[in-house]
Amino acid sequence: MAGAAIELRAVTKRFATPNGGIYTALHDLTMEVAPGEFCAVVGPTGCGKSTTLALISGLERPSAGEVAVMGKPVNGIPDGIGYVFQTDAVFPWKSVLENVAAGPRYRGTPGGEARAQAREWISRVGLAGFEDRYPHQLSGGMRKRVGLAQSLINGPRILLMDEPFSALDVQTRTLMENELLALWSSTSASVVFVTHDLEEAIALADRVVLLTAGPGTVKGTFEVDLPRPRNVAEIRFQPRFAQIYEAIWNQLRDEVLVSYERQKHAAAV
Amino acid sequence: MSVRSTLPPSSVGVQGPHPGPPPQAGEGNRLDAALTARRSRTARRRRLMIYALRLAFAVVWLGSWELTTRLNWVDPFFVGQPSGVVVRLWTWVTDGTALGPLWLQAAVTMEEAVLGFVVGSALGIVLGILLGRVELIAEVLSPFIKGANAIPRVVLGSLFAIMFGLSVWGKASTAVVLVFFVVFFNAFQGVREVDRNLIANARILGADNRRLTAEIIIPSAMSWILASLHISFGLAIVGAVVGELFGATAGLGQLIYNAGHTFDVNGVFAGMFVLAVLALIAEGLITALENRLIKWRPSRVSGEIPI
Repeated sequence: MAGAAIELRAVTKRFATPNGGIYTALHDLTMEVAPGEFCAVVGPTGCGKSTTLALISGLERPSAGEVAVMGKPVNGIPDGIGYVFQTDAVFPWKSVLENVAAGPRYRGTPGGEARAQAREWISRVGLAGFEDRYPHQLSGGMRKRVGLAQSLINGPRILLMDEPFSALDVQTRTLMENELLALWSSTSASVVFVTHDLEEAIALADRVVLLTAGPGTVKGTFEVDLPRPRNVAEIRFQPRFAQIYEAIWNQLRDEVLVSYERQKHAAAV
Repeated sequence: MSVRSTLPPSSVGVQGPHPGPPPQAGEGNRLDAALTARRSRTARRRRLMIYALRLAFAVVWLGSWELTTRLNWVDPFFVGQPSGVVVRLWTWVTDGTALGPLWLQAAVTMEEAVLGFVVGSALGIVLGILLGRVELIAEVLSPFIKGANAIPRVVLGSLFAIMFGLSVWGKASTAVVLVFFVVFFNAFQGVREVDRNLIANARILGADNRRLTAEIIIPSAMSWILASLHISFGLAIVGAVVGELFGATAGLGQLIYNAGHTFDVNGVFAGMFVLAVLALIAEGLITALENRLIKWRPSRVSGEIPI
């Protein structure tokens, strides 16, 4: 695909383990994400989903293979990247306003202007009135909104999301998923959304990339041809949703079993 | 779409520190008020009980001490006597000490301790953060620092007495070496313990190294650093008092040694009492500073004991 937003070509990533061994997280992984595409990455526990994001963001370097963002090889953190982390990564000593204003300030916007932009984004994610709160005074869902605003304010062309909603309760989660779709549709950003939840992946994405149990490589990709705009809470009642779910699950099931057997084995040793 | 966003800011402002349901009129409010009142009554009663028990503890402790020495079960010459301590304190306040007015002795020791505390913690914070950030320096210096930490540093007091003579720096330097290591190790550890996620997030958001240190590393390590300051002011006083042992003409330490050499046990206790009062005041100031600097942290759980 010409002009892909993200390209991973035959990427392998190995880590040294504390006891001197080598752990291969990804093996010969090749995938692409088109500009403006919402791509979900699913796979069993420990298949290297988060590692994929770390490679795209430049936080980690591949042991072999190539990673390119916007046609340029990744060397350090590429321009136009946003990252929403699995655990809270908002700064606990900064107020909501300062948290959201951090990105523009780090990129050279004067403080006053950065804060004005931040106020706008805070109200866009539904947190108007909470500008002066500290993160510990907010609920988990509200902290996620802060994290989202913190990333989106930089106008990323690529948004990486690492199981961002996995710690939320089901209702808050559905709410946040809908809001994410609404925010995303007003941008032209590509999204790579990592999750272990297949329903979430199908409800949100244009395309689902299925990884094998570690070391991860692409087992299959599945187009999700459900119409947009979508309502995450209701889309799962559509017959097409069930068909796609079944098709992916048939492949995912084997990988989950492999991963489960391995964990059982590791626990027994 | 969001429940929160429908709340006007004014109603948000009146909520407690934790986001709760929007305040309701009438019944709910009255119930809330009654509950709050009852809770604060319980808390007040508990506080009064704690004060009463503290008083009782002091009475039993000092009373038994006074009584056993009065009845000559123990010789007050060796263990002193609370009433004797009070008398000694009173004469110090009214007539001055053998070394001059009491406030002057206190001021001299405090000057040494505060100087040592400020210099020692500043050095500890700066070097702790530097070594925490720059792996190479940390690896090169680590055996030297560990070695220096292992020696009983108070003996350096004699060295400083030679180097600085009777000046304030002879004692302050002893306080510096005691304070430095505690603060240094905490600052170092604090830097090492910074959440990797926060660092990754800041880098993605575009923070350069300077911003990363100033806005992520230092605030995060601040809890560790402030915790060490509590301990280290006590150590600064130890340093000042020990320093006075190696040569001084004034100060509470000197006053205590003088009392010791003249077999004035009550004088020793009286000097210790003044030191304890000063240390408690300093502790209060540090706690106030801490609350100011890390107001972003969840407030103390009421059950926690502020020691």
